Amino acid sequence: MAIPKVCGIETEYGILVRGADSNPVTASSLLINAYLAANSRKVGWDFEDEHPGSDARGFSVDDLLVPEIDTHLVNAVLTNGARYYVDHAHPEISTPECRTAREALVFDRAAEEIVWASMQAATALLPAGAEILCHKNNSDGKGNSYGCHENYLVAREVPFGRIVHQITPHFVTRQIVVGAGKVGCELPGLTANDVPFQISQRADFFEEEVGLETTLKRPIVNTRDEPHCDPNKYRRLHVIVGDANMSETATLVKLGATSIVLAMIEDDAVGDDLTLANPVAAIRQVSHDLSLRRTLLLRDGRRMTALEIQWALLQRAQRYASTHGLEAVGAEVGDEVLALWEQILTGLERDPASVAHQVDWVAKRRLVEAYAERHDARPDDARLKALDLQYHDLRRDKCLARRVGLDVLVDAADVRHAMTNPPETTRAYFRGRCLAKWPDEIVAANWDSMVFDIGRDPLRRVPMMEPLRGTAESVARLIDESDTPAELLARLGS
Amino acid sequence: MAERTQKQKPAPSRTDETVEDAPAVAASGDKLKAELDDLLDEIDGVLETNAEDFVKSYVQKGGQ
Repeated sequence: MAIPKVCGIETEYGILVRGADSNPVTASSLLINAYLAANSRKVGWDFEDEHPGSDARGFSVDDLLVPEIDTHLVNAVLTNGARYYVDHAHPEISTPECRTAREALVFDRAAEEIVWASMQAATALLPAGAEILCHKNNSDGKGNSYGCHENYLVAREVPFGRIVHQITPHFVTRQIVVGAGKVGCELPGLTANDVPFQISQRADFFEEEVGLETTLKRPIVNTRDEPHCDPNKYRRLHVIVGDANMSETATLVKLGATSIVLAMIEDDAVGDDLTLANPVAAIRQVSHDLSLRRTLLLRDGRRMTALEIQWALLQRAQRYASTHGLEAVGAEVGDEVLALWEQILTGLERDPASVAHQVDWVAKRRLVEAYAERHDARPDDARLKALDLQYHDLRRDKCLARRVGLDVLVDAADVRHAMTNPPETTRAYFRGRCLAKWPDEIVAANWDSMVFDIGRDPLRRVPMMEPLRGTAESVARLIDESDTPAELLARLGS
Repeated sequence: MAERTQKQKPAPSRTDETVEDAPAVAASGDKLKAELDDLLDEIDGVLETNAEDFVKSYVQKGGQ
């Protein structure tokens, strides 16, 4: 049986300082420190168990890579269980581990609000007239891309080759449902005059089918094997192929549909007949084909459109739901995701404009084309690219995504709560609650451990190798009733 | 409101061959167009005043 699809999202935000000299690393540090100073105390990240160079195919290249994380940069753990840090000259937030796609959606929205609060706090520290801007997008339109990664818990016993084989058709075609849309093209030699608008922010940047890289020669399936939990039982599938979404529906369906397809792969319910002949060429073709009618060559010689592949996956998912149930992704959330997925595919097939309230690329395209028509703007007109960038602008008074009528799926009060409180359903609960209650006694925290200073040597490391242990159900009372971490650790028996 | 009003007023030229759900689709299409027009009016005031400079200055370092 499929294991619970614990999931999360890590988003690197675009950052720009206007009216003052600043480089992006300094600006990102300022942004995060301003938030921490205003809102919480700082607990450092513990790097002991980070191995971004381990490869799921069974070898390790730790020695060959430039260290991915510079420990001198800001790196904090928040009381909601998230990590807020500077990565590759961008501010990045990794949501806490969530039990369902819907929960992850709430924490992704909370992350946006945290960045927005950070922008305000940081701008207040800049000279008058200067401001710091953040964008929830994935490219600057000049060939520089930054990621919005998803993470899913997968059973270690499932052969990695099967995952690669069976998830790739979904990764190539899901962009028609969850693409964020982009004005222009960043493939060498192509401009907005060749590709005025495309479906995905990221498709131009994928050059390999499978691999370990995340910043160069990006692969459709990333093989980073760093589970941050018991490696004998689990993998963490690190997905780098997605766009950052402004549409809540898109974020929910992106995480939800992918969770369902992964559960199906674990239960061997997908099949190999959707394998594409050339996934890299296909992902670009799909992104550039606004008609949704061009077919892709399959390895067995048949041709299918992206829409047909999505329909095939959805139908298999619906069948899977009736034969296996959707407990692995949370039954209710699973049903909601299947319904939205079907609604969007139906809309895309009939009249894409009918899903402009759910699908980012459709909403953005409608806006860009209407603007171009009204102002008689050519495809390479800077105003169209400005619209594209401003769609993702996190300043409330400038953000265009907030104005295009996207459906709101989460309660504002839930989002506010999630800015400072952890999900109750995973080990993030233990991390977040301990940080909130004993900030001075926690020396460091990590995804799979916490280090406490209980006043006596040595420091005490508490391993958290099971993502579903440490939930509110199992530890809320213990934390509530313990006055000190020493008491908590004694009661935990560690 | 607009949608409801328009649903009650099918176009006079409609013939028997018209598919059944056409009025609703047309009505929501008109509504969307009106909304889009309002949005475009608003955007003229919201869009960065010097779009060309803004786009030019929007340079990011590559990330993951």
